[in-house]
Amino acid sequence: MSSMVIRNGRVLDPASGFDAVTDLYIQDGRISAIGEPPAGFAAATEIDASGLIVCPGLIDLAARLREPGATHKADIASETRAAAAGGITTLCCPPDTQPIIDTPAVVEYIRHRAEPSGIRVMPLGALTQGLQGQLLSAMASLQAAGCVAVSDGGRPVSNSRVLRQALDYARTFDLPVLLTPRDPGLSEGGLMHEGRVATRMGIAGIPQAAETAALGRDLALVEQTGARVHFGRLSTGRGAELIRRARRDGLPVSADVAIHQLFFTELDLWGFESMYRVEPPFRTAEDRDSLRRAVADGTLLLCSDHQPHQPDAKQAPLASADPGLSGLDTLLALVLRLVEEGVLPLRDALARVTVAPARVLGLDSGVIAVGRPADLCLFDPDAVWQLREDAMLSRGKNSPFIGWEFTGQTRYTVVGGRLVYSHAG
Amino acid sequence: MNLQLDSNGRLRHFLTIEGLPRELLTQILDTAESFSSVIGKPVKKVPLLRGRTVVNLFFEASTRTRTTFELAAKRLSADVLNLDIGTSSTVKGETLLDTLANLEAMQCDMFVVRHRDSGAAHFIARHVGPGVSVINAGDGRHAHPTQAMLDMFTIRQKKGDFAPLTVAIVGDIMHSRVARSEIHALNTLGAGEVRVIAPRTLLPPDIEDLGVRVFYKMEQGLKDVDVICMLRLQRERMEGAALPSEAEFYRQYGLNQQRLALAKPNAIVMHPGPINRGVEIESSVADGPRSVILPQVTNGIAVRMAVMAMAMGAVGEPA
Repeated sequence: MSSMVIRNGRVLDPASGFDAVTDLYIQDGRISAIGEPPAGFAAATEIDASGLIVCPGLIDLAARLREPGATHKADIASETRAAAAGGITTLCCPPDTQPIIDTPAVVEYIRHRAEPSGIRVMPLGALTQGLQGQLLSAMASLQAAGCVAVSDGGRPVSNSRVLRQALDYARTFDLPVLLTPRDPGLSEGGLMHEGRVATRMGIAGIPQAAETAALGRDLALVEQTGARVHFGRLSTGRGAELIRRARRDGLPVSADVAIHQLFFTELDLWGFESMYRVEPPFRTAEDRDSLRRAVADGTLLLCSDHQPHQPDAKQAPLASADPGLSGLDTLLALVLRLVEEGVLPLRDALARVTVAPARVLGLDSGVIAVGRPADLCLFDPDAVWQLREDAMLSRGKNSPFIGWEFTGQTRYTVVGGRLVYSHAG
Repeated sequence: MNLQLDSNGRLRHFLTIEGLPRELLTQILDTAESFSSVIGKPVKKVPLLRGRTVVNLFFEASTRTRTTFELAAKRLSADVLNLDIGTSSTVKGETLLDTLANLEAMQCDMFVVRHRDSGAAHFIARHVGPGVSVINAGDGRHAHPTQAMLDMFTIRQKKGDFAPLTVAIVGDIMHSRVARSEIHALNTLGAGEVRVIAPRTLLPPDIEDLGVRVFYKMEQGLKDVDVICMLRLQRERMEGAALPSEAEFYRQYGLNQQRLALAKPNAIVMHPGPINRGVEIESSVADGPRSVILPQVTNGIAVRMAVMAMAMGAVGEPA
C-alpha cells in the first residue's frame, strides 16, 4: 500500500478555507490525516514542502489534447506532461476529436492512452451523435464507459427541440451538460469581436449578441428541463450578467471563462496579429473587466481552453490562422497573476480552478480533506520565472504569454497519492 | 503603421492609407502628376525600375487592377511577372508562406498583392526579406490604397484643394476596402466633410470613428456635395440577407439624374469599377458629363507608377 507524507507545507484548501502550515498524510491514494499521523503510519515517500503552498490539484474543464485525430498538433502523452508540470491533476477533453467521443470505444481509447501519465483525463461525451446536433448520443453508455459529463464540443446545437431533448435525456442520468453559448448564424464567418477595431481592420465581426442570444435560448431550456448545465468560454460582460441572474434565480447553471480572456482585448489583434485569434473572440476592455469581476464574485470559474497547434497554424492571415491558444503551461501562473493584480484573493482564485470545476463535474476531488483523493499541487509562490518557448512542455507553442514573467511555479504534482511531477533540481 | 515606412520615414511598403502622413500622400500625388505627362508621350517609358522584377501576385481575380499595375511597372521599365493564383488552388496559410518563399528565391524586388483575406498584404510584408517591397492591391475588406490614391488624384485634378470639399461615399461600405481607404485618404488630405450613405446593413459598427457623417437617405446625404464616390454592389449581399433585392437597392440608393441634381452643380461622379448599370448607377450618369470614371482608370497608371517608384526608392524626396 502506497503512503506519502508532505511535511511543512502551507496547506490551503479553498473549499473550507483551511490555511495552515502542517503535514498531510496520504494512504491508498487518499488523504488519511492532516497534522497528526494516523496510527501505525509509515511513509514510503516523504516530500519536504517547506516554503511551498499545498493546494488541491487544478481541474481544467477544457483542454484539447489533439488525440485521437490531430496528433500533428499534440498528443495525450505530451499534453498530460504539460498538465502535470502545471499542477493540473484532472483535465476534461472535449468530444470534438477525430473520431468524435460519441462511443464507449473512443472513451476507453483516450483513458487507456492517458493512463501512463497518472493525470486524470476525463473525456467529455458528445451530446449528439457526431456532434451533428440531430440525433442523441448514447449518453448512458458513455456514462458507463466513464464520461462524467456530456458536451456540444464547441459546436452548438442549433435545433432547439433537439437541444431540449438532449437536456431532458441527460437529466435522466444526472449527467451535467457542457454547452457553448454561441449562435451559429450570428457568429458565422466572424473572426474577431464586432466593433470599432474590426471595422478599421475590415474584418468580419462576431457580435456580442452571438453569445447573449444563445444564452437566452439555452437558459430558457434549462428552466424548461431542469437539467444541470455548465456554459463554457464566456466572452462578454452581458453574458456573465445573464449567468449571475440565472444563478440568483436558482437555475442549476454554472459557467467558465478561458483565463486568457482576462488579459487581452480586441486591440491585441490590431496589425492582424493572428496569434490572438481565439473563439469566442477577445472583446472590449469593458468586457474583460466585467469578466474579471465575474470571476471575483464567483459567477465564473476558470479554465485553460488549451488548444495546442503546430507552428504554421498561426503563420497566416487572420482568416486562415487556426483559432485558440496553448494554455496548460500557464494556467496556474495566470491564476496567481490575477491574485497579484488584485482581482481576487488567493483562496478564491484557487477555488475557481479546483473545487468549483469539481462541483460542475460532481467529483469528490478539488478539496483537501480526510478521505478525499490525494490530488495535490505544490507550488513555490515566490519562484520567479519567464515563459520561454523552448521550455514549454505542451507541443503547442502558440502562446501569447511567451516572454511574460510570472511569480509562482509548480514544484510537485500528486495524483491519487502518486507523484506525477517533480520540478528538476 | 510604421511597417510601411523605413527609418527615414520613406515609403517601403504600401499597405494601407491609415497612419501615413499627409506629406507622403501629397508626394504620391505630385509624383503621379509628373508621370502622367509621360503617359501622354509616344514613348511611354521611363527607366526608373530597369533591371528590377515586379511580381503581380493575385490570389483573387481582377483584370482591371492587375492590368494597370502591369502597365505601370512596364512604363517604369521593370520586368513583370504575373501570377494568378486562384483561391481554389491555395489551401490555407501554409501555401501563402510557401509561395512567398519560392518567389523570394527568384530574387524578386516587389510583390503587388491582391488577396481575399484582410491583412494578407501585412502578413506578406512582415515575411519578405529586407530589400523587398509589398504593394497592397486590395486585401479583403481592409484596404485598397492605390485605388484610393487614384481617386484622390482624380479629385485633385478636377477640384484642386481638398479643404472645401464635401465627399459622399455611397453603397456597400461594410464590405468595401475602397471605402475604408478613401475615408482615410480624404481625412488625411483634409477634406472638409466625408459622408457615407447606405442602409444600416451595409454599414459596419462605429464607422463614425473613422471620421465620417452617416446618412441613410440619398436625398439628405447628397445635398450640396462636391464629389460622389459610388461603390460596387456584390450579388452576395442578397444571399447574406443584407439587402432584399438589387431593384430595391437601386430605388433607394441608385445614383440617377434626379439625385445627382441634389449635389453641387459641378459635382463629379466616381466609381472604382466595374460598374453595375441599373444597380448602383444609371447609365446616363455613368456616361454623362459629370462622370470621371474613365479618367480614374487612366490616372490609375500614373498613381501606381508613383507608388512603385517611391517604394523602390527610385524617386527622391521632393524639395
